[in-house]
Amino acid sequence: MTPGPISGSELFELDDATIERLELTANAMRESIISMLLAAGSGHTAGPLGMADIFAYLFMHALRHQPSNPAWPERDRLVLSNGHICPVLYAAMAHSGYFPIEELQTLRKFGSRLQGHPHRERLPGLETSSGPLGSGLSQAVGMAIADRIDSPSSDRTIYCLLSDGEHDEGATWEAGMLGGKEKLRNLIAIIDRNNIQIDGFTEQVMPLEPIADKWRAWNWHVIEIDGHNFRAIDGAIREAKAIYEHPTMIVAHTIPGKGVREFERKYEWHGKPPDAKQGKMALDELRTLDGRIRAEHEGSR
Amino acid sequence: MIVPDQHFDARIFEKDVAMAAIRSGFGDGLVLAGERDPNVVGLCADLTDSTHMLPFKEKYPDRFIEVGVAEQNLAGVGSGMAAMGKVPFITSYAMFSPGRNWEQIRTTICYNDQPVKIAGSHAGISVGPDGGTHQAIEDIAITRVIPRMIVLSPCDAIEARKATIAAASTGTPVYLRLAREKTPVMTTDDSPFEIGKAQCVWDTSLGQPALEPQVTLIATGALLHQALVAAREVAADGIGSIVINLSTIKPIDEAGILAAVRRAPRVVTVEEHQVAGGMGSAVAELLVQRMPVPQRFIGVGDDFGQSGTPEELIAHYGMDTPHIVAAIRDVVHV
Repeated sequence: MTPGPISGSELFELDDATIERLELTANAMRESIISMLLAAGSGHTAGPLGMADIFAYLFMHALRHQPSNPAWPERDRLVLSNGHICPVLYAAMAHSGYFPIEELQTLRKFGSRLQGHPHRERLPGLETSSGPLGSGLSQAVGMAIADRIDSPSSDRTIYCLLSDGEHDEGATWEAGMLGGKEKLRNLIAIIDRNNIQIDGFTEQVMPLEPIADKWRAWNWHVIEIDGHNFRAIDGAIREAKAIYEHPTMIVAHTIPGKGVREFERKYEWHGKPPDAKQGKMALDELRTLDGRIRAEHEGSR
Repeated sequence: MIVPDQHFDARIFEKDVAMAAIRSGFGDGLVLAGERDPNVVGLCADLTDSTHMLPFKEKYPDRFIEVGVAEQNLAGVGSGMAAMGKVPFITSYAMFSPGRNWEQIRTTICYNDQPVKIAGSHAGISVGPDGGTHQAIEDIAITRVIPRMIVLSPCDAIEARKATIAAASTGTPVYLRLAREKTPVMTTDDSPFEIGKAQCVWDTSLGQPALEPQVTLIATGALLHQALVAAREVAADGIGSIVINLSTIKPIDEAGILAAVRRAPRVVTVEEHQVAGGMGSAVAELLVQRMPVPQRFIGVGDDFGQSGTPEELIAHYGMDTPHIVAAIRDVVHV
């Protein structure tokens, strides 16, 4: 089995300036998410807001990529399996320089590169199309196997973001078994463990706990973190990269709707956008929040 | 008579015609494709021997992935490998891939435009004793409806080998339909094969005596043999025909089919598949728009298969030579 957990945060520390930069970017991404959902008039709210910190960390800090050259052959790969949270992916791409931030206003509109669920061919920088749940991890496993065939010593990382709800899909487990069997050390998957899906709380719709133990049983290295704590996120990614002969599953506990009090922890916000009044309230709150986010992280150390 | 340019085996109407399984031609072709292109990889869902992927696995163990009995994952992993530049062949029984994993094929492979090759073995009703659960007679319908998918249905083992090699170099998703049982080997190494090309393999106007063709028989897969036997039988009664081997069902060879139907404007389509949505439907979709003519469909009606010998099943579901002969006589008298 895997060696005992290494506390990544003991090995490495993000400096305060980096954390502050990531917090500000995540907050700006949340504003973008709200404003693009308002413009679209449909789409998902809770998941994108909840994953803004992790996407900010990945796109601004961890990913080896070149936003101005999306097809750069040496890039890491990022598969978004739960395609319905694509507003956060689009926001991360825009804020890291893949395309102009103004283009976010075209979300879900006719002719847009920003399809309601991501379409690889439409937007350079997307590694795959997604939306139907339960297929992303399979594709990430395939990418990781191919990467290993081409270069066994490659230090490329294949990231896969998936939801807790899509664990209801059997194909997720099929991919989990294969990832463990193939000892894919270049694969890091992150579950958005926000406890909600469309019909309600996950533990009511289809109980998933003990979710971490399930992945351990398939021979994955498992790390549980607070998905809003940048030091914890950073430590987990560094730990995952140091693990040999196991793929890593990071169970990131997140607050759905994070950043807007009215939306937080309510499954009702899984699949709908804010109306004009709710959107204005959310944007007002996000635009005055820097201090509060900062204080929360200070408190969680 | 057999069109000389087709270089068919001279024994095709004899009792000693060579027999081989179409899936074995796939196995041979995959090894050759692997030799030509180091990016060719093989993935299988616990049926490596049955699908004839074993020779590839033994020659290229580092390019073979066993995913277990998990066809949905099979498709997704194939897509991911293609995204990294590989040319994956994913194999299982046709009933399970593309049967069970249709949405994964549709979205992760075709919508995503990844050049994964889906080899579905044990296609058709002649799988026999396994019964209706294992008899894929809907696979043409469900694959040809997916945008970008090329659908290939070779008529024998040699053509399957050529189709496999050709599929490896298309750069697009491909479905390869493969039968389990040994079937007559009609083509030879010299027979022409090209994706997208309907081959005219029989033409009574070339015979002695020459017979003006009245019926165009369009067959796909191993039933091409029964279609040829039927064409020869009715020729003895003075009914001339053209027989087309339609090994590419999609994209369909519009020019080739229309050229034949222009000469012999009565059509009988022959396939080991449900009539609904199959090759005959594809032909009808073309003809009804461009050259409406009477058509009869040889294939399984709105029904499931059952256990039996391949011969019993082909006869019971109306796809053997006597049924084809009857369909020809019927359409001629419209």
